[in-house]
Amino acid sequence: MDSLYLLIPFSALVVLALVAVFGWALFGGQFDDLEREGERILASDAPAIDSDQQAQTAAAEECPGAP
Amino acid sequence: MVQSSVTAPAQPASLYDDSAVRLFAIAAIVWGVVGMLVGVFIAAELAWPDISFGIPWLSYGRIRPLHTNAVIFAFGGCALMATSYYVVQRTCQVRLFSRALSLLHFWGYQAVIVLAAITLPLGITRGKEYAELEWPIALLLTVVWVIYAIVFFGTIGIRKVRHIYVANWFYGAFIIAVALLHVVNAASIPVSMWKSYSVYSGAQDAMVQWWYGHNAVGFFLTAGFLGMMYYFIPKQAERPIYSYRLSIVHFWALIFTYMWAGPHHLHYTALPDWVQSLGMVFSLVLLAPSWGGMINGIMTLSGAWHKLRDDPILKFLIVSLSFYGMATFEGPMMAIKTVNSLSHYTDWGIAHVHSGALGWVGLISMGSLYYLIPRMFGQTQMYSVKAISLHFWIATVGIVLYIASMWIAGVMEGLMWRAINTDGTLTYSFVETVKATYPFYVVRLGGGLLYLGGMLVMAWNVFKTATNGRYAPVRIPLAAAYA
Repeated sequence: MDSLYLLIPFSALVVLALVAVFGWALFGGQFDDLEREGERILASDAPAIDSDQQAQTAAAEECPGAP
Repeated sequence: MVQSSVTAPAQPASLYDDSAVRLFAIAAIVWGVVGMLVGVFIAAELAWPDISFGIPWLSYGRIRPLHTNAVIFAFGGCALMATSYYVVQRTCQVRLFSRALSLLHFWGYQAVIVLAAITLPLGITRGKEYAELEWPIALLLTVVWVIYAIVFFGTIGIRKVRHIYVANWFYGAFIIAVALLHVVNAASIPVSMWKSYSVYSGAQDAMVQWWYGHNAVGFFLTAGFLGMMYYFIPKQAERPIYSYRLSIVHFWALIFTYMWAGPHHLHYTALPDWVQSLGMVFSLVLLAPSWGGMINGIMTLSGAWHKLRDDPILKFLIVSLSFYGMATFEGPMMAIKTVNSLSHYTDWGIAHVHSGALGWVGLISMGSLYYLIPRMFGQTQMYSVKAISLHFWIATVGIVLYIASMWIAGVMEGLMWRAINTDGTLTYSFVETVKATYPFYVVRLGGGLLYLGGMLVMAWNVFKTATNGRYAPVRIPLAAAYA
């Protein structure tokens, strides 16, 4: 079963690479504040705008008092 | 308000780049209809073998790989690519890394699909399940995949949110793992333009093939679609995932264990016994992370179960998870050698695959696309919400008919094949077991027709939504980006 000499070391290398990526994520602060990260995606939606509305939107933002 | 803090006029750099998302989403619908139609045709061929009228291009052996490639790589692939480009931009709050490359990715991938649709009916194939495409197409796919990886990871690289949302980890694992699997399994020696031979041979080739095949299930059909699950269920339910911490554990546990389960496809073959046992044990271990993820997704609705009653998109998303749970329980059970001796080579395998494919992959894709497509055309919901509900019920009834009939046929075949008379001879000839499956093949065809019917309802609904809406760029919310 020569192919096992390819697949098992290959898979072991993949696992080592995964350990490295996991280490980067862990020590790089990816997991520091997990509960907040779960909620963030819910808060970040901007409304869709038409291309011809872009000019109006931009103009309205320059005059904060405008409706 | 987040939006009011946007001060610059809407320049392209402050808008999401959704061209590739829109194209891939439409392509997913088109290929879904085509792939399922081909599936219905081969299901009819199994019940009535004469309906191909002796035309070789329509023979089962050539059309079946066309069906699997169309539904997995064309429908599922386009759905994954549409949603991954959508999710990576929203969660990283940045435009795609390169618009030109994302469009090149789209057209390149469509070229691969069209070439597959031409070559497979002509009988041009490598003969490896789920890796049939001959070497020129496999090479083109490799190039297209590298472009996909550059756009996706490039976008992660220029992200404005430091934390990489869990869905992106799943999509990223899908992209990298499929590239590795494809390169190892597609290694071939060409002998002509349209014929090549695998560099591995015999049992070696079988082991490499099922290392590829099972990990394709794990990383294409599971990890990628879990990326969808972790973004679109919270968005549609308007609640954060039940436990974000568990979703991280789910990801790492799944990708660490999946690579070793492939040998369960080769129980009782020339493969060494210890390799078979290793595959079986890792398959059983996989039950834990799979169910952790399923429970995490479903419990997202905890305290808001009423949403499931009123919202047909959530029905798609949550029921898909229950099929994910069923399939990931059934899979490890079938990987146990004793059970496998009954189930392997029977239609039980077909039942298992389709509970995963129709139930999990199909429903999660459809639910996600129902969320995504109106937003690609400046709307907040589909043209007809009632049609979504209709699609859900047709599809669910179709799946139940499909799976139940194939379960019965599979167990019946397994029992008939192993039945032995007192003198040691086989009780049934093989053709008797084929004949006995006929009524179940007809029921399966009915289930497939219902599922295709649901897909046609979706295609109509998408067409109406797209033609009633218009292209609407979406602004990137700058204020939240650096939080």
